[in-house]
Amino acid sequence: MKEIRVHGRGGQGVVTASEIIAISAFKDGFFSQAFPSFGVERTGAPIEAFARIDTNFIRTREQIYNPDIVIILDASLLGSEAVKSGVNNNTKILINTTLNPQEIIKKYPNLKNKQNSLLTIDATGIALKILGKNLANTVILGALAKQTEIITLKGLKQAISEKFSEKNQEIVKKNLKAVSIAYDK
Amino acid sequence: MKNNNKKKIKIPKGSNILEGSRAVALTVANIEPDVVSAYPITPQTHIVEDLAKFKADGKASYEYVRAESEFAAASIVVGASATGVRTYSATSSQGLLLMTEVIFNMAGLRLPIVLTIANRGVSSPITIWNDHQDAMTVRDAGWLMFFAENHQEAVAQHLLAYKLAETLNIPAMVNIDGFILTHSYEPVIIPTKAQIKKYLPKYSPTKGSYLNPKEPMTMGSFARPAYYQEIRQSLQDDLSNSIDLIEKEYKKLQKTLGKDIATKDSSALIEYYGKKKAKTVIVAMGSVVGTIKEVVDENKEVAVLKLKVIRPFPYKQIIKNLKNAKKIIVIEKAISLGNVGPMASELKSALQGKTPAKIYSIIAGLGGRDITKKKINKIININSQDTNKAIFIS
Repeated sequence: MKEIRVHGRGGQGVVTASEIIAISAFKDGFFSQAFPSFGVERTGAPIEAFARIDTNFIRTREQIYNPDIVIILDASLLGSEAVKSGVNNNTKILINTTLNPQEIIKKYPNLKNKQNSLLTIDATGIALKILGKNLANTVILGALAKQTEIITLKGLKQAISEKFSEKNQEIVKKNLKAVSIAYDK
Repeated sequence: MKNNNKKKIKIPKGSNILEGSRAVALTVANIEPDVVSAYPITPQTHIVEDLAKFKADGKASYEYVRAESEFAAASIVVGASATGVRTYSATSSQGLLLMTEVIFNMAGLRLPIVLTIANRGVSSPITIWNDHQDAMTVRDAGWLMFFAENHQEAVAQHLLAYKLAETLNIPAMVNIDGFILTHSYEPVIIPTKAQIKKYLPKYSPTKGSYLNPKEPMTMGSFARPAYYQEIRQSLQDDLSNSIDLIEKEYKKLQKTLGKDIATKDSSALIEYYGKKKAKTVIVAMGSVVGTIKEVVDENKEVAVLKLKVIRPFPYKQIIKNLKNAKKIIVIEKAISLGNVGPMASELKSALQGKTPAKIYSIIAGLGGRDITKKKINKIININSQDTNKAIFIS
């Protein structure tokens, strides 16, 4: 079983990101599960959401305490202990940032022994350019597919199309383009 | 993810990955109630939002009546059901408490109403998160009460709830854990309208049992002391005696829709998981049973008994599965304040004279506190002489 924890702030689409991960994995042929930590988002408040992927039906309902992958939508949360909680040497940490891993460690010394675990993508930059607003939650999943291979780009695109099926098709198209750009970075 | 051991992944055919609320809403829409009325309350909101949207999009034919409160929503459903049509509502927590007066009336009037409770703790202090205190508060009301472990079980229990409610003229509620099930995504199969019709035909109450302006009658009339007790006793008899019918209907559901939809357990009432005749048996209900099963897989000396139906109380099935246990641990997300957990009380009552086992009342997961595997392992090792006290695990 692979366990993924998403951190961000209310309004950044943290819960949606975890749901799209679960849908993507399901499209890839796996069992999956996604759920929010607290289920209510207050704009700006730190939020966590969870996703699990396995070859069997996932029965457990406990939150994720030892993630295989941590996704951080808002780099300002890197100083908080919550994002590091339960992270071990094998945990990959994917961060939405313009900085590279060395610069991140300089800025957030609490991550100093995690240098080899840090993965980065300027998802906000891509979101601003393609979506026209700072909504990086889908974009960062393109990098998740490329850099961790936990989901496939194909599954991700299917998941986005399905999740946003009730939205304007233009929005779906832009999101698909944005995740492809993040994937190719 | 890479499927490293090249294991065949057996996702049941027809599965889709859906939010729990969406799974319930789609199932209810396919059951085709005539009238839906509800007032939005977290964490039930997504269910009734979905049902309102299906209606607004022209995909559903029910009347969706917006209400000004849960009391009104429940009363609207009573009125509709009394005219002999299929009805639905959903609520949580304070919403259920506000409905309480009507909840008792629904059962007393023998109306086959189905209600989903997205379980949530009650005030005060205010909590929007999951526990079972809301449902436990109305357990004396005369309803059939189901508890679901996962989305598929919730889907199956809604079908069963309608069939039993309409057969027995007793209302039924399906309890699904707020957020943990209502807001989670997992694979689930939604039965189609055509599939459902094979199991649950169009509701057609017997003539003379519902309000009809052409043949006026009174429902819920005044009962003097000479009659009241017999009327209440007949509700008790019909509810208590429904155990065999529940099992029969569940088997029929499995046969008609297949076990991928109807769930695989051998009983609609309980599920025993783990070593046969285990010395230590945990008793629990709802989604936490999934986490407990993981613990049971790692600790072969422990088993879990899941209660899927608590009204009627399946005491025979409970006794049969617990009579060999030496230690019975009831993990509950509710407490009868001033006493122990309500299910612990009921188990002690059912098992009186049947077992020398110690029966512990463990209170955990109140107001959304996560019940982890670590906590469950700690609970298994509990060893206290005084089993008359509720033990809180934080």
